[in-house]
Amino acid sequence: MENLGIFFALAGAACSALMSGIGSAIGVGRAGQAAAGVVTDDPSKFSKVLILQLLPGTQGIYGLLIAFITLTQIGIMGGSSDISLQKGLLYFAACMPMAFVGLISAMQQSNAAIASIALVNKKPDQFGKAMIFPAMVETYAILALLISILSIFGIASL
Amino acid sequence: MADHGYIYAVSRIRSREQQLLTTPFLESLETSGSEEAAIRLLNEHGWGTAGQSAEEILEEEGRKTWDVIGELVKDLSVFNVFRCENDYHNLKAAIKEACTGGTHPGIYVGDGTYPAKKMEEAVSAREFAALPERMREPAERAMDTLLQTRDGQLCDCILDRAALEATRDAGRASGSDLLALYGELTAAAGDIKIAVRAQRTGKDREFLSIALADCGSLDSGRLADAASDSMEALAAYLDTTAYSGAVEALKKSLCSLERWCDDLMIEKIRPQLTNCFGLDPLAAYILARRTEIKSVRIILTCLRNGCPDSVMRERVRATYV
Repeated sequence: MENLGIFFALAGAACSALMSGIGSAIGVGRAGQAAAGVVTDDPSKFSKVLILQLLPGTQGIYGLLIAFITLTQIGIMGGSSDISLQKGLLYFAACMPMAFVGLISAMQQSNAAIASIALVNKKPDQFGKAMIFPAMVETYAILALLISILSIFGIASL
Repeated sequence: MADHGYIYAVSRIRSREQQLLTTPFLESLETSGSEEAAIRLLNEHGWGTAGQSAEEILEEEGRKTWDVIGELVKDLSVFNVFRCENDYHNLKAAIKEACTGGTHPGIYVGDGTYPAKKMEEAVSAREFAALPERMREPAERAMDTLLQTRDGQLCDCILDRAALEATRDAGRASGSDLLALYGELTAAAGDIKIAVRAQRTGKDREFLSIALADCGSLDSGRLADAASDSMEALAAYLDTTAYSGAVEALKKSLCSLERWCDDLMIEKIRPQLTNCFGLDPLAAYILARRTEIKSVRIILTCLRNGCPDSVMRERVRATYV
């Protein structure tokens, strides 16, 4: 029972990295299939579709960042890891926005990226506009990242 | 919910769609002045090579469509809705060949769901059990009818109805809304054309009851009643259905009606141009290719025979892109 605090905090960090990573892997994979379809017939569009393919990959990085900050705060990366159960649960809760929003936004962003890849395929000169549609989904991943970071640093000062 | 099973395939098809023929291109073919000039334009567009005949070019284009689809979709049975009509064409050919005797090379077509050679062997030996289950009964009935009555038209009607019903059912079984719609529209359009032709040639109610396929969007009984009555009654019935647009085309000519049926299908598949997921954009591409090949065939035939522009324009179909 005395180690439950660190357990929950670590579980939160793991969920953040895991769920955002899964979302990004699925998203980048799907967008990659669409990109490969375009490049098969027109290799000159490789650089444009590659950028669109990578857009759903950012959630994985945000999840990793939250996991890293949490590990630093709870002493896993060095220092004291004596965390109360209450604080452990708070860290767990703080990681959840990034975990869930990261998973769902990456998959939804991949749908928008696939549609934008189709747009670039037909109208390569519209690449700038095509970038904006999947980038809009990024807003919500960034909001979740922000709230998770603020929460984690807030818990430390409690 | 997006179907993520065909992302690569749809992306490839989006690239291919850029090579589909446009309305201005078809107009340039129409005004090219001769079949040779039209073929030159087609060659420049990537259709066939210099020296190939019109029929060779069109055949090759049809094959190219299935080559690319075969490359993208491992299990082509999802497109049985398009392929089953070839089976019934082959069945019709096999029955007529068996009844008339001798062999007639070139009467069978490929891209069916059942090998034409096996069908030929089964029909000539009257081993209908060797055929796919749903073909057995119509095949036996059509062959008996032809042998007993020597009425080739009645034999065709039995098999055409079976083909329409097979297409409709394959569409329903595909699990794709677009393919189900294609199956339904094919059956309905087939029924309307049969009803109009039967009315014009004075066929009776009994013939119509044999020839008309059942479909969800038309009441074949009421259609048969109307068609056996008068053209006005037929138009009045169609006006009460989802195919009221056919009435205007029907007033012009049978060609206009056929064009209206194909244009309706193109209109229904056009939303697939912006759909990035699932099987439907692939099905739409197959239909678009079939329709453009049909349009090119019409134009080349009209140019070869020196038909007036109005005849050509009445028949050329709408384009997908």
